[in-house]
Amino acid sequence: MQTSILLIVFLPLLAAIVGGLGNRALGNTVVKSLTTGALFVSCALSWPIFLGFLGWFGLSAETQVVPVMTWVQSGTLTFDWALRVDTLTAVMLVVITTVSALVHLYSWGYMEEDPDQPRFFAYLSLFTFAMLMLVTADNLVQMFFGWEGVGLASYLLIGFWFRKPSANKAAIKAFVVNRVGDLGFMLGIFGTYLVFQTTSIPEILAAAPGMSGSTIGFLGYRLQTMDILCILLFIGAMGKSAQLGLHTWLPDAMEGPTPVSALIHAATMVTAGVFMVCRLSPMFETAPVALGVVTFIGAATCFFAATIGTTQWDIKRVIAYSTCSQLGYMFFAAGVGAYGAAMFHLFTHAFFKALLFLGAGSVIHAMHHEQDMRYYGNLRKHIPLTFWAMMAGTLAITGVGVLYVFGFAGFYSKDAILEAAYARGTGLGNFAFWAGAFAALLTSFYSWRLMFLTFWGRPRWIESEHIQHSVHKTPEEAGEDTTGGYHPHESPASMLVPLGVLTLGAIFAGFLFTGDFIDSEAFWGGSIYYNENLIHALHGVPYWVKLTATFVMLTGFAIAWFAYIRDTSIPGKFVEQFRLVHAFVYNKWYFDELYHAVFVKPAFWLGRQFWLRGDKGLIDRFGPDGAAWAVAQGSAVAKRVQSGYLTSYALIMLLGLVAAITWVLM
Amino acid sequence: MGGFPILTAMLAVPLIAAIACFFVEAKPARVIALAATLANLALGVLLWANYDIGGAQWQFQEEANLFAGFQYKLGIDGIALLLIILSVFLMPICILASWESIQKRVGEFMAAFLVMETLMIGVFAAQDLFLFYIFFEAGLIPMYLIIGIWGGADRIYASYKFFLYTLLGSVLMLIAMLWMVNQAGTTDIPTLMQYDFAPGAQTWLWLAFFASFAVKMPMWPVHTWLPDAHVQAPTAGSVILAGVLLKMGGYGFIRFSLPMFPEASAQFAWLVFALSMIAVVLTSLIALVQEDMKKLIAYSSVAHMAIVTVGLFAFNVQGLEGAMMVMLGHGLVSGALFLCVGVIYDRLHTREIDRYGGLSINMPKYALFFMLFTMASIGLPGTSNFVGEFLALAGIYQVSSWVTLVCTTGIILGAAYMLYLYWRVAFGIQKNEDAAAMSDLNVREWAILAPIAAAVLWMGVYPESFLAPMRKDIAALEARVARAAPEGDAQLAAGEPRRQAANAVAAPEHHGEDEGDH
Repeated sequence: MQTSILLIVFLPLLAAIVGGLGNRALGNTVVKSLTTGALFVSCALSWPIFLGFLGWFGLSAETQVVPVMTWVQSGTLTFDWALRVDTLTAVMLVVITTVSALVHLYSWGYMEEDPDQPRFFAYLSLFTFAMLMLVTADNLVQMFFGWEGVGLASYLLIGFWFRKPSANKAAIKAFVVNRVGDLGFMLGIFGTYLVFQTTSIPEILAAAPGMSGSTIGFLGYRLQTMDILCILLFIGAMGKSAQLGLHTWLPDAMEGPTPVSALIHAATMVTAGVFMVCRLSPMFETAPVALGVVTFIGAATCFFAATIGTTQWDIKRVIAYSTCSQLGYMFFAAGVGAYGAAMFHLFTHAFFKALLFLGAGSVIHAMHHEQDMRYYGNLRKHIPLTFWAMMAGTLAITGVGVLYVFGFAGFYSKDAILEAAYARGTGLGNFAFWAGAFAALLTSFYSWRLMFLTFWGRPRWIESEHIQHSVHKTPEEAGEDTTGGYHPHESPASMLVPLGVLTLGAIFAGFLFTGDFIDSEAFWGGSIYYNENLIHALHGVPYWVKLTATFVMLTGFAIAWFAYIRDTSIPGKFVEQFRLVHAFVYNKWYFDELYHAVFVKPAFWLGRQFWLRGDKGLIDRFGPDGAAWAVAQGSAVAKRVQSGYLTSYALIMLLGLVAAITWVLM
Repeated sequence: MGGFPILTAMLAVPLIAAIACFFVEAKPARVIALAATLANLALGVLLWANYDIGGAQWQFQEEANLFAGFQYKLGIDGIALLLIILSVFLMPICILASWESIQKRVGEFMAAFLVMETLMIGVFAAQDLFLFYIFFEAGLIPMYLIIGIWGGADRIYASYKFFLYTLLGSVLMLIAMLWMVNQAGTTDIPTLMQYDFAPGAQTWLWLAFFASFAVKMPMWPVHTWLPDAHVQAPTAGSVILAGVLLKMGGYGFIRFSLPMFPEASAQFAWLVFALSMIAVVLTSLIALVQEDMKKLIAYSSVAHMAIVTVGLFAFNVQGLEGAMMVMLGHGLVSGALFLCVGVIYDRLHTREIDRYGGLSINMPKYALFFMLFTMASIGLPGTSNFVGEFLALAGIYQVSSWVTLVCTTGIILGAAYMLYLYWRVAFGIQKNEDAAAMSDLNVREWAILAPIAAAVLWMGVYPESFLAPMRKDIAALEARVARAAPEGDAQLAAGEPRRQAANAVAAPEHHGEDEGDH
C-alpha cells in the first residue's frame, strides 16, 4: 500500500513536470497521453484503498503514514513531508483521482482546438498533485502547502486564456481573495503551534480536549483558546470554499475552461475547506462558539448563493452559485456535528456537480461557445446524450427519491444534512434547517429552470452572437427560423464517456454508500469525530422533517415548470413587479461593488498617497533633499564670508575679539 | 582544512583579479572576472563542505597582528557561512548578467565588482571590530561607482542619495565602536558578543548601531534611497544590492545589536515592530501603484526586509531562523527578479511596465522563470521565501498577535502587486509590436536564471541544508538574548474544561453555543 500511495500522489507531479517542460517539444498527443495516463493509474490505485476501508470485495486497508523526507526543523517547530492515508483521506483520494482522470479525458475533446494543450494538461496534473498533497497531509503546514498549491493551479487555470483581461482579473481575484482566507489559516497554524507546540494533526487532535476551557490573549482580548484557533482556521476554509464574504472569487472563476470549473471549482478544490473542518473535527468539537460560526456561515451561504442562482443567465454561473450553496450545506452539517454527512455530501456532490459542469461544457461546445441560457432552447432533441446526463445530474442535485426505496445521490446526502440540523435541536440548528430547506426549494427551482431553458421550449439560438457568427446570418435574415439553420452536434466520445461514468455516480453514489458514510462509526475508524447520539437523533426525526426535502423539491420543480414551460411570461412579470428585489439579487447582493469601493479602490489610492505625499513629499523633501538644500544654502553663506577682502576679515576678527572679551568678563 | 587560509584566499582571489582587470581590454576582463568569481564559488563550496556542523562556534579562524591592537582576524560561524555562500553564488551570475549589457569601461566595471566581492566576504568573515567597519563602509565605494558611472539617466542623484544615507548612520556607529573598544578593552568580536555592557550604555550604543543598520536594511522611513538606487543601477548592481548589501543590515543586527546589547534590543523591540509594521503595509501599497518594474521590486524588498526585522526581534529560535531564511531567500528571489527585469530591459531599454505585455506568447521560457520567481516572492510553500516568512511570523506570533496580523497582511498585498505586475508584463495581449518581437532566453540568460531557480526550490523543499549549519549559532544567540526576551501576549491560561462534545445531543437543558463565555 505504501508504494501505491507514493505513486498516487507523485505520478501526477511527474506527469505535470515532464509535460509542462516538454510542452511543444513532446507534442500534444504525448503530453495528453502522459498526463491522462498518470491520472488513470492514480485513480486505479486509489479505488482499492477506498474499497479496502469499506471492507468490500474482501479488500482491507488500514491507516498509514508514509514518511517522505524532512521539511523544516526549527527549535520545537518541526514538520516533515509525509503522506497520511486514513478513511477520510481515502474518500478524498477516490473523489480527486476519479474526477481528475475523467476531466483529463474530457479535455481531449473539449480542448481539441486549443493551441496550448500541453500547458493545460500539465496544469491539470499539477493541480491534482497539490490537491493530493493537501488531503494526505499529516501536519498543518503540509496541508497549507497543498492549500496554496491548489491556489496556484487554480490561478493558472482560471487565467489559462491569458489574452482575455477578464480571465486575468478573475485569476488574480481568486488568488488574492484566497489569500485573505490564508491569512486566517496562517494565524491559526501559528496559534496552534503556540498552544500545542506541534503542527502534527494527530497530536493536536489528541491534545485538543485538554485545552478545552483555557483562555488565550489575542489582539488584546482574552478569548477561549479553542474557539479562536478554530475560527482562525475556519477563515482559511471560508476562503478556499467560497463561503459568504469570501465567495466573490468563485463565480468569476468561471472564466476558466469548463473542465477546470468541473474539477477545481466544483468537485475538489472548493471542498478543501470542508475537508479541513472534518479532518480537524475533534478539535472543532472542543470549540462550541467556533462550531456556531461554522453553522451560521454555512447556512447563510447556502441560502444566499441559492437566491443568486435563481436569477443568473450564464449557465456556468448558475452552476457556480449552486456549488457555493451546496458547500454551505456541507459546512452547516459539520457545524452541527454531522461530519459524516458533510463528507457524504462532499462525495456525492463531487459526482453530480462535476457531471453538471461537464454537461454544461458539452452544451457550450455544441452551441459554439454560447453560455447564455436565453439563447438556448429545445436542445433535448439535438444532443440527447448530453441531455440525459444533465437530467441525471439534476435529479441528483435536487434530491429526487422515495424514502426507503431508492433515490439519486443528493437525496441521501442532503436529506441526512437537513435531518441532522433539525435533530441538533438548538436555535442555530433550526436556523440551518430552515435555511437549508428553503435553499433546497431554490435549488430545485434554479436547476429545473436551467434544464427547461436549455433543453425545452423553442430554439432561440439565432439571437446569440456566437451562433450568428457561425451561420453568418442576422436574426432578421433568419426570419421565422429561430435556429438560424444552426446544427448543434453531440460531443465526441472522449467527452461522452466521462459524462456516462459520472452519470452512474450521480445515480448510485448515494444509494450504495449511505450506510457506511452516515451510519458506520467503524467505517470512519476515528478519522472524523463521530457523534453517535446525533446519528440516532437524526434517524428519529419526525416524518414531516424527513419529507420536507422532497416536498420543497417538488414545489421548486412545479414553480419552474409553471414559469418556464407552462407560461413563459411569468418570469418577466415577476421581475417587473419586484424590480428592486430582483436587481439586488441579480447583481449578487452588490458584494463586488462593495468590495471594490471599500478595498480595491482605497488600496490604490492609499498607495499613491503614501508614495507621492509620503515618500516623495515628506521623507525625501525634508530628508536627503532637504539636507542637500541646507548644505547648499550654508555653503552659499560661507562663500560670501570668504570674500578675500582684508577689511571684511578685519571686521570679523574685531567682532570675534569683542565676543571673546565679553565672554571672559561675564 | 589543514592550515590553508581559505578565507584569506577568498578575499585575495577577487582582489588580484580586480587589479588585473584594470590593465586589460574588455574581452579578457570579462573572462578574468568570470574565472575569478567561479574560483571563489568553488572555494565557497569547499568552505561549506568543510564546515563542521555542530563543531566549534568559530571556524576557519585566521589571525595576524597589525598595529596598535588592530588585528587582521577572520573566522566564520554558520550564519556568516550562509551569507558568504549567498555572495559567492550570486557573483558569477552578476558577471554573466553584465556580459553584454555593459559596454563602456568594462575593465573598470569588472574591477569594481570584484572589489565589491572581496569587501562583502570581508564583512561576513571579519572578527575584528575595526576590520569589520572598514569592510562594511568600503563596500559603499564600489557600489557608489557602479551606480554613478554605469547607471541610468538619473544616476548621479541616486548615487549621492545612496552614499549620504548610508554614510550618515555609519558615523554614529564608528563613535559607538570606539567607545565600546575603550570600555571592553578589546576589538575582538566574539569576545564583545559575550561582554555585558551596562544597560544604560546599551541604550545609546544600540541606537548608534541601529542608525547604520536600519539604513542598510532598509527600514521605513530611511528606505527612500533604495528605489532610486535600484532604478538607476545596472542590472548586476541591483542584484548585488538586493541580494547581499541589504543583508548586511540584518547581519549587523544578528552579530552586534542582539548579542552585544540584549537589554537594549528588548527595550527597543517596540520601535522595530512599529517601523516594520508600517513598512509592510505602506511599501506594499506603494508597490501596487508603481509603473516602473524595478521600483516595484525595490519597494517589495522593503516590505520583505521588514519581515526579517520582526523575526530578529522576536527573541526566539523560529524568529531568528526565519529571519535568516528570509534573508537568504530574498537574496535569491529579488536578485532573480531584477535579472528578469534585466533580460527584457536589455531588449527594449525601458522599465516601464506598460511597454510590455503578452510576453508569455513570444518568450515562454522567460515567462516560466518569471512565474516561478513571482510565486517565490509571494511566498508560495515549496519555495525559499515561504520557509523563512512562515518561521519568522510563527516566531513573532509568540510575542505579539497584533504585529503578526499586520505583518501577515503582507502576503495578501504581496500577491496583489506581484500578480498585477505579472499580468501586465507576461499575460494579456501583445499590444506593443517591439515587445512582441523580442526573442526568448538565450543560453547565457538561461545559465543565469536556472541555478537560482534550482536554489529557490531546494531551499523551499529541503531547507534543512541551510538550517543545519546555523542551528547551533542561533541556539547560542537565543540563549544569550533569552534573559531579555519580552513576554508574549498570548498568556495561555488553563481553565475549567468545557463540557465535552460541543454537539452533544443528549443533554436537553442547554447546548454548546450557549457556553460562549469569553
